This record gives sequence, structure tokens and C-alpha cells, in this order.
Amino acid sequence: MEFQIIWFILWGVLWAVYFMLDGFDFGAGILSAFLPRSESDKRKILRAIGPVWNGNEVWLITAGGATFAAFPTTYALMFSYLYTALLLVLFALIFRGVSLEFRGIMDNEGWRKKWDIAIFLGSFLPALLFGVAFGNIFQGLPMDISGYHGSLLMLLNPYGLLTGVLFVLLFVEHGSLFIAVKTDGELSERAGRLSGGLWFALLAVAVAFLVHTYFATALYTNYLNNPVLFAVPVLAVLSLLGIKVFAAMGQHLKAFYASCATILLVTFTGVIGLFPNLIPSNLDRNYSLTIFNSSSSIYTLRIMTVVALVFVPVVIAYQIWTYRVFRQKTTADDVSGKETY
Amino acid sequence: MDVLGLSRLQFAVTSMFHFIFVPLTLGLSILTAYMESRYVSTNDQLYLKMTKFWGKLFLINFALGIVTGITMEFQFGMNWAEYSKYVGDIFGAPLAIEATVAFFLESTFIGIWIFGWKKISKKAHAVSIWLVAIATNLSALWILLANGWMQNPVGFVLRNNRAEMVDFTAMLTNPYGWLKFTHTVLSGYVIAAFFVMGISAYHLLRKNNLDFFRKSFRAAATFGLVSSILIFLVGDFHAREVARTQPTKFAAMESVWESTKEAPYSFLILPDAANERNSVEAIQIPRMLSFLAFGEGQAEIKGLKAYPKELRPPVSPTFWSFRGMAALGILFLLLTVIAFIKSRGNSIETSTGFLRLMLYALPLPYIAGQLGWIVAEVGRQPWIVYGVLKTSDAVSKAISPANVMVSLAGFTLVYGFLAVVDIYLLSHYAKKGPDSDLSTLINPVAGQEV
Repeated sequence: MEFQIIWFILWGVLWAVYFMLDGFDFGAGILSAFLPRSESDKRKILRAIGPVWNGNEVWLITAGGATFAAFPTTYALMFSYLYTALLLVLFALIFRGVSLEFRGIMDNEGWRKKWDIAIFLGSFLPALLFGVAFGNIFQGLPMDISGYHGSLLMLLNPYGLLTGVLFVLLFVEHGSLFIAVKTDGELSERAGRLSGGLWFALLAVAVAFLVHTYFATALYTNYLNNPVLFAVPVLAVLSLLGIKVFAAMGQHLKAFYASCATILLVTFTGVIGLFPNLIPSNLDRNYSLTIFNSSSSIYTLRIMTVVALVFVPVVIAYQIWTYRVFRQKTTADDVSGKETY
Repeated sequence: MDVLGLSRLQFAVTSMFHFIFVPLTLGLSILTAYMESRYVSTNDQLYLKMTKFWGKLFLINFALGIVTGITMEFQFGMNWAEYSKYVGDIFGAPLAIEATVAFFLESTFIGIWIFGWKKISKKAHAVSIWLVAIATNLSALWILLANGWMQNPVGFVLRNNRAEMVDFTAMLTNPYGWLKFTHTVLSGYVIAAFFVMGISAYHLLRKNNLDFFRKSFRAAATFGLVSSILIFLVGDFHAREVARTQPTKFAAMESVWESTKEAPYSFLILPDAANERNSVEAIQIPRMLSFLAFGEGQAEIKGLKAYPKELRPPVSPTFWSFRGMAALGILFLLLTVIAFIKSRGNSIETSTGFLRLMLYALPLPYIAGQLGWIVAEVGRQPWIVYGVLKTSDAVSKAISPANVMVSLAGFTLVYGFLAVVDIYLLSHYAKKGPDSDLSTLINPVAGQEV
């Protein structure tokens, strides 16, 4: 297989895994503004994502780094074209990270309240903006020989916003299932009930997205040329249905896994539709950024392939170990400060 | 200002701010790991207390190092798209490897360390902070190999309208990168040592927790002394490497205008850049500069006038930053020698004058680190990749001055706010000392029972 194709797949995997992992952090962060009925509830939610969000976020850094190393022209143009949008994502992520670490540092109600706002916005904005960004990438950006002709407001078109809402709902559903799994008692039950109701909204938006995609993008072209690929979106829909089935049976962990699969498959549905583009041009196809016209040299791609094949499995192994270490439900002890010896 | 000027200013603001937090992380992670290892091997509760107290300060600082680091990775594409296109084939690789090999390790095990106290064995818990310390330093290695390549580009050819990597090993073994790495991490160790000594001095002066802070001071003094000696040696090698590979930077660092054989070293120089000369050159050691640069007194130092004006870096900031950094380096050596000797006994709290000095010396290594980066980056101008690509050709074409003004204002506000919060939290907990309930201190989610 050509190295560009290997890196296209890896690029898709990095984004998909990033959304699957940080997705529940975002969902939990958004829900931490609505779901808790007490300070203790709130801490249980934050404690559930506390040990892992940092490691989850690195999948984004790696996706960015991989884009730079494997497709430098795409990295350069995407980041400079979407300058202000990325700036907002950056500020939101900065505030989320800082607020998760600093919220509990001072025992002071007013202090916590301020960081709570940052946790909510720092989770909601990236979820929405990543959706908007990918929605616009699916549609193609207005670029030609003289560069980029878009603006921040143009990104907020109906399809971009629909994708943004889809991402937010996917992540909130994901987060509510995560909370249902990681907490107990009344909080877990409420999170479970919420995921049940949200699911219908998610289904409606997902259907709207799949239909609108047909009219707004060229993503289905690859599928029509090669119908076997339809397996991916079909599996995505089945996973989405699986969430509901498992949740209705009260099996929140399985429902959460189904939600993981949904996010992975939805991301890949988009990525497969893009191939071989990384960013299509909606003005002139000749100016689309493809994996072939924007890639690094084969020499660099080969080295990066070796690095990825050696180290990514190691990363996955110790991250799985981390999830096992923290597999238990968050208890009152975990949030009372008796956690250390 | 145009996009170029604004983008340069923004890069300076964001990277200097990032580098307030990173160097302390580099050294304090090692000191915290050392303390926890001592606890595991001796079971002495004092070391556990030390681990938690210094670990808390480490975590406050760590959080900001991480979030300001994300900006750095995004910025190359956002503001320096032409640079990213032109050298991404080489420069992207170490950044991606850094994320995969080091950043994952650091970010995953910091979660284990913060929340895993009762979930894994004591030994495994100590191992997790060592992994964080190793990963942090490994992270620095990849970033500085990337920066080393910008300073002394190796292992590439120019083809397909860009620089393409042809020899990965050359980049990996670039002596400039390794000198940069050792010099930079050692500066982080000096910063951490002065941080711990400074805060310990504050409490020793007030006779708080004498045993706790004596031991902390002693560990930091040893760490600081070793680091100060090594950084001096590495600094010397580093300067020679600069003389060999970046003659314009070296000439600016020493303010040498005319090419000279048997160049003397002048302790007192006042550069007069407008007239391309030094208005004062005094207290000289003959042949010393030639010797420092090339290891032999006969060697010729190329002066700035040997290069066209547009290829010379700004002389005054490079020269003064270098002098300032070197002078501070000598001061750190002196202070750590005294600190090491005084901390051997059990009565350092009686040396109140010296302790007060060490308290006020706390910010100095930070300043030295920033000055060092000014030498490295300003001294490299007008090049972004020395001899290959000019900074003025590297900036993004798709962004407007208004874009960058907004982002620069945003970064200044957000980072300024974070700096205030960080300094407030650090001084709050540093002053509070280890007597407060340390269990709730370590876990950012916990608090008083509710």
C-alpha cells in the first residue's frame, strides 16, 4: 500500500480515537453544568474524567502533529485558513484544562463557580467547533489559486452548524453514558435516563445529517463507486441503535461501548467519503488538498510509519491499563480528599 | 505593524510565557520523584509530606505548561504556514514523535499519579512520577532537536520547492540539538533548585517545619550545584558549536565587528550598533575569545562586517542577553556552592542573610532562561532556519493584520490572567507550607467534605 494511504488511514484513526475519548470528557464537562444536584455529584462527575482527560487530549495533539509530519501542506493551509476558528478552540481547550485542575484547589464556593463556567464552555465550544470544522471540510473550503476566500462567519453555514450539533449531541450522549457507568445511585440513574431521552434527539439529528450530507457534500461519491463501503455507515447506524437497545436493558457499560463504536464509525464515514482529499476545494477541484499533493516525502512517511507502528500500540496498552486502574465507580471517598495515603 | 511583525511578537509572547512553566516542570518532576522514591525506600513520613507539598506546587505549574504547549503546536500552521509548508517534511516529524513518544506518557501517568494513590502499589505510584519526569525531559529532547534543526539544519536537500529530509539520523544526532537539549533541561534543573531553595528559605527564616525545609533545601542545593556545574560546561561547548555553525550569531553575542585573528576577550564592552563598532572595549585577556570559540588562540573570529547588513542579527539584544545569561550562570554557581556547603550542617536556618538572598534569587534563573532564548532566537535572525529560510518568507499568506491583532490581544489577556492565577496559587500554597491537609491538596477534584 502506498504510504500516503497508510497515513490517511492513521490520520482518520487519530481523529476517530480522539473524538471517542475526549468526546466523553466534553460530554461530562457539558453535563456537569446541568446534571448535578449537589457539590458531591459535581465532584463525582469531574473525578470520573479527572484521571484520563489529559491523556485523551493528547490524541488531538498527535492528530495535529501527524497532520504536520505527514501532510505539511494541509496542516499549513488548514491552520492558517481556519485561523480564528482554531483560536477559539485553543482558548476553549486552555480554559477546560486549567479549570479542571484549578477548580478544586481553593475551598471556596465563589472560586468553584467561576471555574464551573469555564469547564462548561471549555467542553461545549470545542465539541461544537470541531463539528463545524469537519462539516466545512466535508463540504470543501472555498480555495483556489489565489488562496482562501472564506471567513469565520461563512463557516457557520447550515451544514456546518448541523454537523456541530451532531457532534455536541454525540458527545453529550457519550458523556451521559460514561457518567451512568462511572457513578452510582441516583446520579447514575439520572444520567442513564437523560441518555435515553437524548438518544431520540441524536437519532433525529443523525438522520438529518446523513440526508443533508447527500445534498451538501460529495461524500457519497466514494460509496456509490464502491458500495461495499456502505458497511461503515450502516454499522454506524446499527451502533447508534445498539446504544438504545443496551440502555433500555439497563446495561450502561455496553451502551457506552456502542456509543464508542458509533463515534468511531461516524468519523470514518466522513473520512472515507473524503478520500483522497484531506480538504476538498468547493471552487475548483484542482485546488483540493489531497493526500498525494500535500504529503511529505516517502522517506519521511516511511520513518513516521515505523514510529507509529512501534509506539502507538504501546500508548494504547498503557492507556487501557489506566482505564483498568480507574475502572471502579467513583465513590464518596474519591471526592472527599481521603484518596491519598 | 504587519502580519510578520505581529506574528513574531505573538510567537515571542506565547513561547516566552510557555517557557515560564516548562523549565520548572523539567526539574521539579525529578525532585518530586526523588522524594517519593525516598519515601518508598525509607517509609519516612517526612518524605511523603515533601512529595505532596512539592508535588502540589509541581501540579499547579504543570497544568499551565501543558495548556500553553498546545498553542505552540497550532501556531506553526496558523501564523507560519509558509514555514510549515517549506520545512514540514523535516520539522513535522520530531513534533509528531514528541506527541507519540513523550507527551502521551507524561499526560497519562500524571493522571495515574494524581488519582492513583490508593489504586496501585506505592512502588508503582513512585514509578508513575518517574515516568512523568522522564517523559517531560524526553519531550524537551524532541522539541529541542526540532529547534536544533532550525539552528543548524542537517540531513536535508532542497527539492520540489521545499526542504526534504534525506537523513533522519543526521537530525537525531545533530550536535547542536543535543547541546541545546542539555543546556535547556539543565537550566530547568537550576530553576527548580532555586525554586525549592527559595521557598524553603522563606520557611526556614520563619522557623517553620525546620526538618522538612532543611531536607528540602539540602536536596535542592545538591541538585542545583550539580546542574550549575554541568550547565557551565555544556554552555561552553554550546558556544563553540554556535561559533562553528552560526558565525553571525556568535559575532553578535560577543559584539565582534571586525574579523580578527588572536581575538582577545573583553570583560567590558559597549556595543555601538549604529556606527558598527564598540564604544568601549576594556579589561582584555589576549587571544581568549579565539580560544573560547575554536579552542586555539590563533583562530580567526569573523566579525559582523564580514556579512551584509541584512544578514546580521540585531546586535544589542543578542549581546546583552548573552552577557546577562552568562553572568547569572556564574552567580548561580557561586550561590549553589555556598548553599551546598551550608546545607551540609543542621543549622542552615541560622544563616538568615544567605537565606534571604536565596529567597530573592528565586526569579533569577527564570530570567537567565528567558535571556538564553533571546540569544538563541533573536541571534538566529534574519533566518528562521539558519541559512535556508528567512523569517520574512515564513509567515502565513492567508491571514490579515487584524486576525493577528485579535489573537495577540487574546493571548495577552488570557495568558496574563492565567499568570496572575498561577502566581497567586503558587504563592498561596508555598506560604501555607506543608501543615495544611495535604490529602485534599494533591487531588484537584476533592475538597472539604460536602
